[in-house]
Amino acid sequence: MDYAPQTDTELHEMLAAIGVESFEELIQAVPQDVRQQASAVPAGLTEPELLQLLERLAGRNRALTQVTSFLGAGCYQHLVPTVVDAIASRGEWLTPYTPYQAEASQGTLQAIYEFQTMVCELLRMELANASLYDGASSAAEAVVLALRATERPRILLSETVHPHVRQVIATYLSGAQAVIQEIPSVNGVTDLEALGRALRDDVAGLLLQHPNVFGCLEPMAQAADMTHRVGGLFMASVYPMSLGLVQPPGAYGADIAVGEGRCLGSPPAYGGPGLGLFATTQALLRRMPGRLSGCSVDAAGRRAFTLTLQTREQHIRRERATSNICTNQGWIMLRATIFLSLLGPEGLRELATRNAEKARYARERLLELPWISPGVDQPFFNEFMLRYDSSVAPETLNRKLAKQGILGGLALGPWYPTRAQETLWCVTEALGREAIDRTVETLRKLV
Amino acid sequence: MAEPLIFERSVTGRRGWRLPPSDIARDTSSPPVPAEHLRRDPPALPEVAEFDVVRHYTRLSQQNFSVDTNFYPLGSCTMKYNPKLNERVAALPGFAWLHPLQPAEHVQGMLQLMHELEQLLCAITGMGAFTLQPAAGAQGELTGLKIIAAYHRRKRRRRSTILIPDSAHGTNPASAALSGFQVVQLKSGPNGLIDLTELKHKLTGDVAALMLTNPNTLGLFEREIRAICALLHERDALVYMDGANMNALLGIARPGDAGVDVLQLNLHKTFSTPHGGGGPGAGPVGVKASLEGFLPLPRVRQRGARFSWADQGRASVGRVHGFYGNVGMLVRAYAYIRTLGQEGLSRASRVAITNANYLKAKLHGVLSVPFDDPCLHEFVVSLKGLRAHGVSAGDVAKRLLDYGFYAPTVYFPLIVEEALMIEPTETESKQTLDAFVDALQRIVEEARTNPDVVRRAPQRMPVQRLDEVKAAREPNLRWSAPKSLAAHGSQ
Repeated sequence: MDYAPQTDTELHEMLAAIGVESFEELIQAVPQDVRQQASAVPAGLTEPELLQLLERLAGRNRALTQVTSFLGAGCYQHLVPTVVDAIASRGEWLTPYTPYQAEASQGTLQAIYEFQTMVCELLRMELANASLYDGASSAAEAVVLALRATERPRILLSETVHPHVRQVIATYLSGAQAVIQEIPSVNGVTDLEALGRALRDDVAGLLLQHPNVFGCLEPMAQAADMTHRVGGLFMASVYPMSLGLVQPPGAYGADIAVGEGRCLGSPPAYGGPGLGLFATTQALLRRMPGRLSGCSVDAAGRRAFTLTLQTREQHIRRERATSNICTNQGWIMLRATIFLSLLGPEGLRELATRNAEKARYARERLLELPWISPGVDQPFFNEFMLRYDSSVAPETLNRKLAKQGILGGLALGPWYPTRAQETLWCVTEALGREAIDRTVETLRKLV
Repeated sequence: MAEPLIFERSVTGRRGWRLPPSDIARDTSSPPVPAEHLRRDPPALPEVAEFDVVRHYTRLSQQNFSVDTNFYPLGSCTMKYNPKLNERVAALPGFAWLHPLQPAEHVQGMLQLMHELEQLLCAITGMGAFTLQPAAGAQGELTGLKIIAAYHRRKRRRRSTILIPDSAHGTNPASAALSGFQVVQLKSGPNGLIDLTELKHKLTGDVAALMLTNPNTLGLFEREIRAICALLHERDALVYMDGANMNALLGIARPGDAGVDVLQLNLHKTFSTPHGGGGPGAGPVGVKASLEGFLPLPRVRQRGARFSWADQGRASVGRVHGFYGNVGMLVRAYAYIRTLGQEGLSRASRVAITNANYLKAKLHGVLSVPFDDPCLHEFVVSLKGLRAHGVSAGDVAKRLLDYGFYAPTVYFPLIVEEALMIEPTETESKQTLDAFVDALQRIVEEARTNPDVVRRAPQRMPVQRLDEVKAAREPNLRWSAPKSLAAHGSQ
């Protein structure tokens, strides 16, 4: 099955119109010695056959809808209202490209402008772009911006930043004249004394995650002040769902705020596509990576939207661009825009509060088990760390739980070898009390 | 016609979605987070009803051209039909509702799909191994350049130059710069191809790699590809191919067989995943077998019938994505490749090339075609001839919108004056192509007889031509409530 409509007769007519005898004449520029000889691609399938194949593959996975999951750690399961799928699946949203021709793309451009406004509101920042690939690459772009804007060589990252995010930053900076220094943690949050010692006048910026990879809320305001005192930029990586309840980056003086926005109206999809949120201050506008939709007027003086400040971008500036990024995550961005419209300020506050309350309930229930103790004593949002007695191996226990359809708290040992007895539990509004209670009872029986 | 902003539809107290009642007892004595962390002012998101949202975003959608509604001949973007079937399978809960940290035994079907997709891309391109991690073409380029840097680092030498032809996409030099390389531009020969003399001249001992696009942005195949690869390899430099134009080569030629070392594909172009108004894309990177160790981690591994993630590898350039890439797009591309099969993929390129040449032949005489050899999947015309009438390529692009066609890529490649870069793809019918030719003919006629109608285009769109200068000089990048409303909203 293929999707090219031409009949053989039409193809003949077209070749005749071109003035060639055969298709072969059109590809004579491709030398014989590079022509494809054979291929291992199997024969094509019809729709019913394809559906059967893909349904079988999907059936070999355990969807989150079939299990009780306490997994978070950078990817969070939240409810998706029906309207998001219904509207976003329209071909007019799904199948256009980057809105270079503004007059034929006002829908996309206005949606981007609305999204930029919502992100500014959510993060309490002055400016936001049309999104980057995911939270991790947004953090990497933030770091690149900080290095260029300050012309200083040192980037500080707390070890409480998600390890995957730190790895992506390291990849982006490999080969650059930059030094990455990790700041240790104490009691689950960034060690401010160690931070103080690391902050010198060669520091371009500090990146903290809030809540951090252990679920703990960081001392953002103090860290921002300390960074600003040496002239560095303060960068915050945040979980947008928490911002219905928790202070936004603008409130504690972040110069750049980033985050993973997939949780706003899109399914986890095994970790991607994501939605890289990126927001900053007016002062850094011209150094910002990514697309921007601006409000202007048309020739008749009516309000209209267009991509703007494109002289920052690769298709104009080439090797002197602020980033190499071309696309954004348009469709995931649209879903987030619809999602935030549906929720509104009150819906977002209720949702965040529900997450926090459920997480507290689950934590208290889990702490009833005698072999579980609090990992740390820090305020948290919807994710928390628990420590198991040395007799209980987290990964072994998780394997037993998985057989019963429960995805228990993530074992932190593989990421943090000194935390082999610690686990990270996440509870969202998608998890019912009954599932939490059943998990506690299952654990009681297993250990 | 104008649709207000969603914020302007806001009415204090209106709700669009509700949570179910809480099933746990709530401790209302203290807030769930300490006061110092508590948000004090709520975000000023719109307060609207569900139906407000539906009508607003449906009406906005109607202000877009899209592949589903209009011919979209955007050169080098391969705006082909995006099959609905692929949307259906990507939404299956067994793909869409998976957590990236679920144990391998919970995701065997997903890992099998990803592993098979890597193998299929190897078979299609002749490369030795693929990573699916890069989220878009430009991130694929970045990944490829990191691999090239790592290759030379491993050989304990410093190479800081990347050669890039002047016809290349802007992402190429931007990615090279972001990777810490110097860019040296290669001037194209009079035939629009890489000039071997120019290449030899600039091929110093400092060259890490050549980045080429094949077929190039003029739609021409670099017929000296083998000689070019040999020249680079003689100096132990690598050849990076931008696979954005791979839609021309399916079943015809495989980059790996021609000597290419590193290649990125754009699944949202060649393999039909929807462009989504600007993403998400997916930019898998293929390398020849000897470079496999440099690919990002983790990698899908197969042992017997079991699949798992492997995250060890000292040579790897590291991670470029928070998890495994834009997996939802990978599912769609896998479905597309399995639907078409080898036959269908070959036919896609054959028809894409026939469509492009047909359009080019029909436009001959209407417009100037600077490189008149048979093209592959796309070609470039020059509207220099309309300058005498005060009409530019940009004007013609805008006028095409009035005729119901999205505009081709304008003013690119940079080496052609007043360029329109046209890529019809294989999924457009002969009738659509004929209608497009008709429209261009009429516009050229208008340019001669009534140039003003072209210069003032578009007239039939929701808005007229935009004031881009105002947009850039007085950046207005977010909405703010008028003062009186702001006071009302903060109650």
